[in-house]
Amino acid sequence: MIGRAPLALAALAALALLATAAFLALNLRGDIGFALELRGARLLALVCVGVSIATSTIVFQTVTGNRILTPSVMGLDALYGFVQIGLVFALGGLGFATLDPRMKFAGETALMTAMALALFLPMLRARLDMTLMLLSGVVLGVLLRSLSSLLARVIDPNDFAIASGASFASFNAVRGDLLAVASLMTIAACVVVWRARHVLDVLALGQDASTALGVDWRRTVAGLLALVAALVAVSTALVGPMVFVGLLVVALAERVVNTRRHAVLLPAAALTAIVVLVGGQATLQHGLGGASALAIVVEFAGGLLFLALLFAESRRR
Amino acid sequence: MIRIENVSFARGGTEILRDVSLELPSGGVTAIVGPNGAGKSTLLSLIGRLQPLQAGRITVGGHAVDSTPGAELAKVLAILRQDNGVASRLRVRELVAFGRFPHSRGRLSNEDRAHVAASLAAFGLDAFAERFVETLSGGQRQRALIAMAFCQDTPCLLLDEPLNNLDMFHARDLMRRLRAAADERGRTVVAVLHDINHAAAYADRIVAMKDGRVVADGPPAELMTPETLERVFGHRIRVTTIDGRPVALHHL
Repeated sequence: MIGRAPLALAALAALALLATAAFLALNLRGDIGFALELRGARLLALVCVGVSIATSTIVFQTVTGNRILTPSVMGLDALYGFVQIGLVFALGGLGFATLDPRMKFAGETALMTAMALALFLPMLRARLDMTLMLLSGVVLGVLLRSLSSLLARVIDPNDFAIASGASFASFNAVRGDLLAVASLMTIAACVVVWRARHVLDVLALGQDASTALGVDWRRTVAGLLALVAALVAVSTALVGPMVFVGLLVVALAERVVNTRRHAVLLPAAALTAIVVLVGGQATLQHGLGGASALAIVVEFAGGLLFLALLFAESRRR
Repeated sequence: MIRIENVSFARGGTEILRDVSLELPSGGVTAIVGPNGAGKSTLLSLIGRLQPLQAGRITVGGHAVDSTPGAELAKVLAILRQDNGVASRLRVRELVAFGRFPHSRGRLSNEDRAHVAASLAAFGLDAFAERFVETLSGGQRQRALIAMAFCQDTPCLLLDEPLNNLDMFHARDLMRRLRAAADERGRTVVAVLHDINHAAAYADRIVAMKDGRVVADGPPAELMTPETLERVFGHRIRVTTIDGRPVALHHL
């Protein structure tokens, strides 16, 4: 038990380094300085997204006491889209477009955090079982997406163009302007989560057991949920909504290190995410000549895993 | 010492506790008995601040449970509820080590490790220490959870139906350990017990509850009479004496 975790972490770190090197160095032609700068920025974005998705998923799973949920399954990224188009609706296309993107991002994150807390804290306190949780998450996601598309119909076409321009991000078109603020937020959130790693272990025991062990459940969970919302905002803003990546990397990491202890699982999942995203992007771009989009491949694999986990879970009882 | 003053509790319009007042001195084993729905578990979880107090006041060792910081209280009292879901991929040793969290905040010292090892040994868990909790049987899991509460090493220990799922050997063993914890270490043990005979054999004091009220309270010899037991449980129960101890033949 002691020997396995560090070994697995080292292996994952080596793989992540390999993926990074491949991403930077494969098919490097022309002006090398320029190409590296371009790739470096995208690499940073991918790493940011990977780390924030992995971290937010683990924290969310621990807080909800459920290994199948991810923030996206519960509709958190739909919330981000809704906040964005809601802002366009409230400020008008011109007002939205003239806002400083970093200010806008910070504002959106704050708004989204507040809404996430308002939505999820009552659900957590009511201690819904998993099926109900999942169902309410799906319904919530549909509701938010429908509201977004309702707003999209109501606003005028110019505003709509601005709104959709703002929400079209992908692995091939990373939002460079937000990179600095997004990486800062990711780092800050990761520091907080890492310092709370032992508390997270306790929270995984459930509300009663953590209260008995002296953890202020409600305050801790509220703070962690706010962090999750901020991390989801980071990844959604940079590359758009991704539903199953978090589930995929966390489940993979958990199998590799064979523990749920956060001191091990957090870095393991972050490294796995880097391997999957950076390595996957390098393979698709250079190995397969851009034959497919990474998001589609990863989401496909993640979706299959989600179904498998759902089956396994229902077979257990 | 635990002091409960005028505590009432209602949920969804139903009164679960009605103006309960109790004083439990330091040291000793107290058993709370009573029929289903008497409010025993609710009372215990209120003492252990797992639910917010609605009316009244509870202090444990001078600390008011509703205003003392949770982390401080976790060094004074440990509580084990009866319905415990257990997180996945958790080894028995890790679970028991959580009992040290209030003292170590997750960084186990050698002293913490010694406590964990002692608890594992005391509850016969050495052979399972590296196994995942979800692979254990109900009784083994219950023992692991009790070991975790013991490991917290608090002056006051609250247990809700600790004998659930335990076989005869381990039930007796647990009751003897509770007795020893009170006699040798001066700990205050409060346990909700289902079996009146376990309560009578090992507790210093039995508190009987019914419909949210304390209906009888005293040493086992005083409480173990057919009249009192009928008042609490609703049917006539024969009480005989074996080796000077009262034994209720409640199943006949």
